Amino acid sequence: MEHSPPPFFNRGPAPLVRLAFFASLSFALLVLDARFHYTESLRGVLALAVYPLQVVATLPAALGERISGYFASQAQLRDENTGLRAKLLDTSQRAQRYEAARAEAGQLRRLIGAAERLPLKSQPAEILYNGRDPYSRKVIIDKGSQNGVRAGSPVLDEAGVIGQVTRTHALAAEVTLLTDKDQAIPVQVVRNGLRAVAFGAGTSGMLELRFMASNAEIQNGDSLVTSGIDGTYPPGIPVATVARVERDAAYAFARIVCQPAAGVESGRYVLVLENEARQAPPPEEAGPERDKRPGKIRKPRRKDGESSP
Amino acid sequence: MQLSDTSSQRILLPVHAGTILGSFALALLANFLPWNSVALVPDFVALVLVFWCVRQPRLVGLGAGWMMGLLIDAGNGVLMGQHALAYSLLAFASITLSRRILWFPLWSQALHVMALLLFAQAVSALVRLAAGAEFPGWSIAIGPLIGAALWPVVTTLLLMPQRRPVEIDENRAI
Repeated sequence: MEHSPPPFFNRGPAPLVRLAFFASLSFALLVLDARFHYTESLRGVLALAVYPLQVVATLPAALGERISGYFASQAQLRDENTGLRAKLLDTSQRAQRYEAARAEAGQLRRLIGAAERLPLKSQPAEILYNGRDPYSRKVIIDKGSQNGVRAGSPVLDEAGVIGQVTRTHALAAEVTLLTDKDQAIPVQVVRNGLRAVAFGAGTSGMLELRFMASNAEIQNGDSLVTSGIDGTYPPGIPVATVARVERDAAYAFARIVCQPAAGVESGRYVLVLENEARQAPPPEEAGPERDKRPGKIRKPRRKDGESSP
Repeated sequence: MQLSDTSSQRILLPVHAGTILGSFALALLANFLPWNSVALVPDFVALVLVFWCVRQPRLVGLGAGWMMGLLIDAGNGVLMGQHALAYSLLAFASITLSRRILWFPLWSQALHVMALLLFAQAVSALVRLAAGAEFPGWSIAIGPLIGAALWPVVTTLLLMPQRRPVEIDENRAI
């Protein structure tokens, strides 16, 4: 009281106090985001604030692309055209066979009374740039929520699945690649119909089949396609081929490493499928599998069981 | 003679708020450029933050660092608060070291800056590993090293608006 400094020496709270304040604020945000995902609206506002900067930042690359496209030589274009025409012939012939097979499958399905599969809608998109986070494997594509892209939609290239849309902005969307450590995809072995779940293996750029018994019938070169039982990925799209199977009697599970079929880490043009789950809601049985706490789901089921008989 | 070009002894014009804001905007822009290999690119925002915390610790500090961190988090789509925490700690360390750093010539300053940037990178790596991410390899330490090598360039560029023409006046005291 007696010796308080004059106001022009006042520097506000001490640096350590400020540090404690901002560090605890950051910790609160981290917990809110990592555990409860409560920060999406704040993220949206801030992302909108930096959006003009991001647009400006991607301009030079786009401009360079245009200029180099302008100077592409005629021979190069002619070669590419020839190649594309040959490919078109090949694929159109395959498409005709596919149409016939689909009609036949539809007839058979109607015969056995199963629901007819809804036609898939898709839209092409271009990869703008790699995600700027070294800890995850993501790419940014140039179609966003304004083009109808929703979080959860599968993303393919010409050879197979590359990932899934995990966050959408107005004019761009974030695609988590299959090789991301937290990304999982339900697959099926083409040879024998064995179902499994493939997880990303992180930096190695491979996939892993976890929790497969060490005597599971799987071998090198087996191709894996989506099984379609999750309602997110349509069935039958190539995902990977088995590259290595390590069976060790000391462990209950085999270690199975797969090479992705699609150019997950390369390539430019992708196809975003409409999420199937939005058209047909997943059946009730899918609940406990997704929920980490099955106890909560089990209760109402038990009640159903009691009331129905 | 003492007034060498890089030393802190040289008398500079007062800084404009526009210079600080503009430099931060440019740094954000540089961070948002579509780089090919993310791990090798220096964190320009961290570098500029260290610069202003060392040069103007009363104008730029923890609050500015925290806000820039949030913008980076939102723009990059990473865990919210990851860079905010790293930049708050970085700003604190830079302000604490600011008196010491300015005593050294530019390249020794760059060594200090290297330690600071590595510290910030380590904080953000720890946060991500705690949140369950996979360690991406030691290449994430290369970005801070390149950032530290850019310190003389950044210093020269950002001090340019504060320089005044050298006028030799025999009768002036300083």
